Amino acid sequence: MKNGQLITIKELVKDYPVGKGYFRALEDINLTIGEGEFAGLVGPSGSGKTTLLNIVGSLDVPTKGEVNVLGQSIGSLNARQSANLRNHSLGFIFQTYNLLPVYNVFENVELPLLLLKMEKDKRRELVDQALEWVGLQDKRKSRPAQLSGGECQRVSIARAMVKSPKIVLADEPTANLDAKNSHNILQTMEKLNQELKTTFIFATHDDKVIQYLHRKISLDDGRVVNDEQIIKE
Amino acid sequence: MLALKLAYRNLMGARLRTWLNVFVLSLAFVVLIWFKGVINGWDDQARRDTIAWQIGGGQYWQENYDPYDPFTIDESHGIISGKIQTAINAGKMTPILIGQATMYPEGRIQSISLRGVDPNQHIIDLPTQYLQSEDGEIPAIIGTRTAKNNKLSVGDFVTIRWRDVNGTFDANEVKITYIFKTDVPVMDLGIVWIPLEQHQEMTRMPNEATILTTSKEDGFIGDFPGWNFKDHYFLLSEIRNMIEMKSIGGSIYFIVLMSLAMLAIFDTQVLSIFRRQKEIGTHIALGMTQRQVVTLFTVEGAMHSVLAAILAAIYGVPLLWLQAVVGWSMPAGTDDFGLTIAETIYPSYSLALVFGTTAIVLITTTVVSYLPARRISKMEPTDAIRGKIQ
Ligand SMILES: Nc1ncnc2c1ncn2[C@@H]1O[C@H](COP(=O)(O)OP(=O)(O)O)[C@@H](O)[C@H]1O
Ligand SMILES: [Mg+2]
Repeated sequence: MKNGQLITIKELVKDYPVGKGYFRALEDINLTIGEGEFAGLVGPSGSGKTTLLNIVGSLDVPTKGEVNVLGQSIGSLNARQSANLRNHSLGFIFQTYNLLPVYNVFENVELPLLLLKMEKDKRRELVDQALEWVGLQDKRKSRPAQLSGGECQRVSIARAMVKSPKIVLADEPTANLDAKNSHNILQTMEKLNQELKTTFIFATHDDKVIQYLHRKISLDDGRVVNDEQIIKE
Repeated sequence: MLALKLAYRNLMGARLRTWLNVFVLSLAFVVLIWFKGVINGWDDQARRDTIAWQIGGGQYWQENYDPYDPFTIDESHGIISGKIQTAINAGKMTPILIGQATMYPEGRIQSISLRGVDPNQHIIDLPTQYLQSEDGEIPAIIGTRTAKNNKLSVGDFVTIRWRDVNGTFDANEVKITYIFKTDVPVMDLGIVWIPLEQHQEMTRMPNEATILTTSKEDGFIGDFPGWNFKDHYFLLSEIRNMIEMKSIGGSIYFIVLMSLAMLAIFDTQVLSIFRRQKEIGTHIALGMTQRQVVTLFTVEGAMHSVLAAILAAIYGVPLLWLQAVVGWSMPAGTDDFGLTIAETIYPSYSLALVFGTTAIVLITTTVVSYLPARRISKMEPTDAIRGKIQ
């Protein structure tokens, strides 16, 4: 990692095989993202936001180019190594929350810590803390089906944050939420970003999200068309 | 192990579906163990009773004797040599003389096997003490089946006609002195037992016998010319074959129940992997490898059998135990089929049976769970996360 950069992307190209040919979802992406950023990939539907986020999250691999996340080259990791990277350093927040329906809130948030083979007491402590961050201490025994959409997304933030990862990747986190809940979870994430210096990268086309961003990386048709810092007073 | 813990959580979370599968599987457990237990119990009982009543430690057959060929019976008798007599006197064996005869109960004609046995023998359980002759009458004992078939009771006289060694017919009356009950029908059906010496005299075959039954403790006690020793393996082969047939028949219940359970679990797995794609993707995003998720789903499926074993133990142990103590009553009339079967069978369960069953169920369930779970490793994590149907 040079110069405190967590993520370095050089000449990234992503093609998806389609029929006999391929579809180019990302073209010549060059980006660096540093520690503590609160950045967003912004653009219309189909512009390649999710694709880029998935590659950074090591859930997908580049077709060409170099993507370096926390010193690791995404294209060259084996299954074990990429799982390790996600396990230790990356948190994910999804549009559809992706909570495990048969687990209660506590168990959902605890899962990443189980995968880290953490001790029970330590897990409890960290889950309690994460639930406090998102204000859900009193819902620990509830199942996802008993929660509102806003609460579910808060659980998923807690799950992403519980292991204090370096980077949290949030794909359209507000798409299923009303304005009030959207602001609520954005404020929560903004607070965590400031207090814990966690890097947040959003993929979004929601103005409510965009107004919180400190950096707006605009994508169109698989290319970065604009990249601006937003100075907050 | 993490997979165990997570699999347990997933199963417990799935509640009703899990318990339905587990219940069917537990039935397979209990039915197999119960059935095998009954078969084992029956096998034990049949062997025990056959040994006690009929074959002792094995039998010497006069070399012409063939129980399946009634035409040879007239030639199947041999002299009790001095050497044999010594063994008899030492209580090592008892001679039986078998002949063909006709009985005339209430004017009907009934072909029977007339058998002479030593009233003082203690080798087999046949109650020969009732064959002590009194006032010149010929005492005879018969089994309950023969008594019922011929409407005979204790104290009845019945006419018997036989041929002596020269083929000359003779007839006399015998008096039924006792009717015994036995679980070994071949000691009962169509047989009239009379004192050995009487029979030898009637057939003019003094000092002759057809079979020599040895005591349980002695068995083979050396070669006697003109006599062939038949051991337990030979003499119990019919029971063994019957038990084997019953075993196969019973295994069909187990196979049906197992198939049912396996189908349910396979279906659950296929459905799980289809419906829980998002969950699979989420596990991967949270840091599991695809192979770990395959393991997780396999363990989850296989765990059905562990839960089933526990459930089976909960209701099965008292049930099976009760069966072992009170026994399982055979439907009335079962003994008329000529099977060596007691009115009540006490199932006997072995550790090998319990562990063997558990192993079979566990292995089958694991395989059935693994097959659909393999698909997970072929999924694209990004598609799985979105729950995109493939
Ligand atoms: N697995 C795939 N196979 C083929 N095309 C895909 C696949 N995933 C995404 N695409 C295409 O790539 C483009 C970018 O998709 P995506 O990154 O999901 O966009 P966004 O998240 O900005 O809406 C879209 O045109 C989409 O149809
Ligand atoms: Mg998207």
